[in-house]
Amino acid sequence: MPRRIVILGAGTGGTMMANRLRRRYEPSEASIAVVDRDDRHVYQPGLLFVPFGLAQTDEIVRSRRRQLRNGIDFHETEVEQVVLEDDVVRLADGTVLAYDVLVVATGAVLRPEETEGLTGPGWNERVFTFYDVPGAEQLARALDDFDGGRLVVNLVDMPIKCPVAPLEFSFLADWYLTERGVRDKVEMTYVTPLDAAFTRPVASQHLGGILEEKGIQLVTEFATGEVDGSQGRLVSWDEREIPFDLLVTVPVHEGAPYVTRSEGLGDALAFVPTDPGTLQSLARPNVFVLGDATDVPASKAGSVTHFEGEALTENIDRFLAGEELSATFDGHANCFIETGFGKALLIDFNYETEPLPGRFPNALGPLPLLKESRLNHLGKLMFQWMYWHTLLPGRSIPGIPDAMPTSGKELQRETV
Amino acid sequence: MTTIEFVGSEIERDAEGFCVHPEQWNRTIGEGIALESGIAELTPRHWQVVEFMRERYLTTGTAPSVRALGKESGVPVKELYALFPKGPAKLAAKIGGIPKPRGCI
Repeated sequence: MPRRIVILGAGTGGTMMANRLRRRYEPSEASIAVVDRDDRHVYQPGLLFVPFGLAQTDEIVRSRRRQLRNGIDFHETEVEQVVLEDDVVRLADGTVLAYDVLVVATGAVLRPEETEGLTGPGWNERVFTFYDVPGAEQLARALDDFDGGRLVVNLVDMPIKCPVAPLEFSFLADWYLTERGVRDKVEMTYVTPLDAAFTRPVASQHLGGILEEKGIQLVTEFATGEVDGSQGRLVSWDEREIPFDLLVTVPVHEGAPYVTRSEGLGDALAFVPTDPGTLQSLARPNVFVLGDATDVPASKAGSVTHFEGEALTENIDRFLAGEELSATFDGHANCFIETGFGKALLIDFNYETEPLPGRFPNALGPLPLLKESRLNHLGKLMFQWMYWHTLLPGRSIPGIPDAMPTSGKELQRETV
Repeated sequence: MTTIEFVGSEIERDAEGFCVHPEQWNRTIGEGIALESGIAELTPRHWQVVEFMRERYLTTGTAPSVRALGKESGVPVKELYALFPKGPAKLAAKIGGIPKPRGCI
């Protein structure tokens, strides 16, 4: 009898794993079922460009089903609950899927209602997020009408998907407002709960420097407690206030709602406790997790999910064969950071090594690390093609290893 | 990292003042760290949070974030910031003698 593999989520991780596993096993060896609540696969990095009219929604959304290989069952419905004890998943349409291996790939969801006032007066009028399709579209209209005043870019709390995205938004807004000839009438402020522009020291210094060059004020250690859209005030838990005319915020994130309904699966924020090396859940040996749904200390980013794919495929194979798990994921992340005016920065890092200057993918590589260049910007644009044609089919990107390359990085500059 | 004599005990602390070995910690050390961090007196509410942090770290290997503390420690986020100004999770971890939370990347 074929082994039953059930994958929850048909985003970056779920789609990639379904395609990888389908290639690895004959239908007589394993059945593969994938569950997602809708048939709209959003290329999420593209959301950054929508507010500036640089991308249209129909260019970044495709059918989830069509990204899956033949021989994969797609269930278009919500997950009701995972019952770990019985090795089954209950779906909202009444289907019950029994599994030998479960892969949790349901990502993170936005929870704007968790922050007082955020979805109150002014929401989608002067308070916006570009982290989902409707938000990005509404923000595009608001930015188009924005001719001056205080523009505040804020993230409420970590973890968030793509922690560099709010910085990129700020850099692109500076470019966009300059192009429109109104930049000198806009006061821009970047407000973060972190103690610097980014999560790791060397990159923070570089990115903080770019904010400064662009005349964007940086406010750190600001833990947002309340958004007052009617008065245009951002209020921290320790009662500091930042006034705004237009607020672009990144709401807090949590894991998918069914995680909370599934006893023993998730933590307080509905992320799934996961071994950072093997990607096996801490809840059960036959439950594996990847992408934004985990609690591993890596960025919540598509590149991380992609790099997790090989180790996870190997470990699932070993698990099904009754062998010990051996493959280990190193926390590799690789992100292009748009800085405006046709340029971008590239960072490459893992659990242990922070983003450092140098060259990528090796010492003679064409792409400079932590340095603005046109080539990095072109890389970012080209990545969208690779996403649909290389990442989702579950193939490696030529020349880009799954483990982080150390050649080309100026390791001596690392601060401990 | 340096080992120092601190309020009568030998403890090893990192550059930011977090204890490296949670087992070297005791409540007197916690009070000493609180004092040097600007908290004159640890009330039962402070201890509720510190003990929750510490226990969670010792059982799971990771310390909860502020948001998780607000949901699970029995002390709401607003009060957490009043008790431990600026960074409740970081400060409670420091006072509780556990390493700096890895936080989010």
